[in-house]
Amino acid sequence: MKRSDFTVIQNEALTATVFRMTLRGDTAAITAPGQFVNIALDGCYLRRPISVCDLEDDRLTIIYKTVGRGSARMSRLSPGEKLDLLTGLGNGYDLSKSGERPLLLGGGVGVPPLYLLAKRLIQQGKRVAAVLGFNTKDEVFGEEAFLKLGADVTVTTADGSYGRKGFVTDALPAEYSYFYTCGPEPMLKAVYRATETDGQFSFEERMGCGFGACMGCSCKTVTGYKRICRDGPVLEKGEILWND
Amino acid sequence: MERLKTELCGIPLDNPVIPASGTFGFGREFAELYDINVLGTFSFKGTTRESRFGNPTPRIAECTAGMLNAVGLQNPGVEAVIAEELPRMKQFFSKPVMANVSGFSVQEYVETTALLDREEQVGWLEVNVSCPNVHGGGMSFGTDPEAASTVTRAVKAVTKKPVIVKLSPNVTDIVAIAKACEDAGADGISLINTLLGMRIDLKTGRPVLANRTGGFSGPAVFPVALRMVYQVACAVGIPVVGMGGVSSAEDVIEMMMAGAVAVEVGAANLVDPFACKRIIETLPEVMDRYGIRTLREIIGTAARSDA
Repeated sequence: MKRSDFTVIQNEALTATVFRMTLRGDTAAITAPGQFVNIALDGCYLRRPISVCDLEDDRLTIIYKTVGRGSARMSRLSPGEKLDLLTGLGNGYDLSKSGERPLLLGGGVGVPPLYLLAKRLIQQGKRVAAVLGFNTKDEVFGEEAFLKLGADVTVTTADGSYGRKGFVTDALPAEYSYFYTCGPEPMLKAVYRATETDGQFSFEERMGCGFGACMGCSCKTVTGYKRICRDGPVLEKGEILWND
Repeated sequence: MERLKTELCGIPLDNPVIPASGTFGFGREFAELYDINVLGTFSFKGTTRESRFGNPTPRIAECTAGMLNAVGLQNPGVEAVIAEELPRMKQFFSKPVMANVSGFSVQEYVETTALLDREEQVGWLEVNVSCPNVHGGGMSFGTDPEAASTVTRAVKAVTKKPVIVKLSPNVTDIVAIAKACEDAGADGISLINTLLGMRIDLKTGRPVLANRTGGFSGPAVFPVALRMVYQVACAVGIPVVGMGGVSSAEDVIEMMMAGAVAVEVGAANLVDPFACKRIIETLPEVMDRYGIRTLREIIGTAARSDA
């Protein structure tokens, strides 16, 4: 983990509620796709944890949805503004288990962390299939970006207004070696049930510190208590205990 | 630096800054970021007799200038703390540490204290009779002078180390509780634990926290904490450790002027992991600005001016 100042380079809307921000700063502490940064914002007491979507030298891209006061404030930041970030938080995805044909399953703002993962897997010569799920056409983003990387992309919408109608679990390819997923909890549960291989899940939880000090985001797993922020956010399929 | 030195129950501190229990774990996460030997000491995660998971999530809610937590004393239990955390801590922290003890019965406080009493690394026992997030223990011992006195007497009987009783602000008369602890043999008082609070999610109409209520901390509580530290410091003859919303060197100085001999820093560590280091580094220049030569000379100035 590292604390450093970043400068906003670009901050633009992808949909009515989803924004993409590119920042410049010291990204050295970020070691794996699926890690997150924790952003201090004026007027908000706690930092805002956001997953890393892309990384290129000293440039960091995040994609976030405006859901409350903090994210609304983020959406109003202009290029040139400075932000205080904690970087390199969380374990991130373990690429070594992917096999040759990894499947990436993302839902809504669970899609962004899978982008850097897809990029890294493709750099390693893997054949990546990505299924990106959204509620409706107006909320779709990211398809182009994944296609440009060379991934085999399927988009699903719950109402059928774009791509294939249904959930990501309705569009699983016939063959895949392993899977990685990120999205809302109901989707993660559906993925857990529908998949036949091992895989990794990225979880979301309200956090206090984001670096393992406060025990605010603990969960029970097969291998003991884990802090989503520090021992996660990525858990392996075999260690997950669902809350209900 | 000589001018920052203070003393807590006979044990010297290089400076008055002490990360508060529950915001610093067992020090490990922070020791990866900086040499935590710069601290006065730190109060480690509230420890109970048995291992606890704590409350379901969400355990955290944001507020204006602060936060709520309802962690519920998640900890590995005193035996694991002694077997695993303390030996690990020894490799990165060479000063006496403050052991924070919590419990659900007098017997449990006694057993946990007796086990920690044998540990050389433990300098002080901070007895938490004020956790608002557990049921049937914690705060219920700290909201009644009689119960606070019983716990204090019981733990004093099983340890030679200084016992600092950590008080809850969720009472009508903080001075009565503090005096009861002093009469029962407490060597010091620390306050305040968090203020009982609540947030409701406007979208669902339900409490944000799974535990419904939680402890409020952060800069918003500072004036309340300062007032209580002042009242208690004026009323008791034992050392007082001030805490509640402290986030800057200025806050530390204000707490000491209210009568605190040392100052704990809580929520600020979660927002800025370097908060305590920064406060310690800033203290000399802030002292210069107000013509303060040593921190010892300002302890309780607010009370002295009443005379």
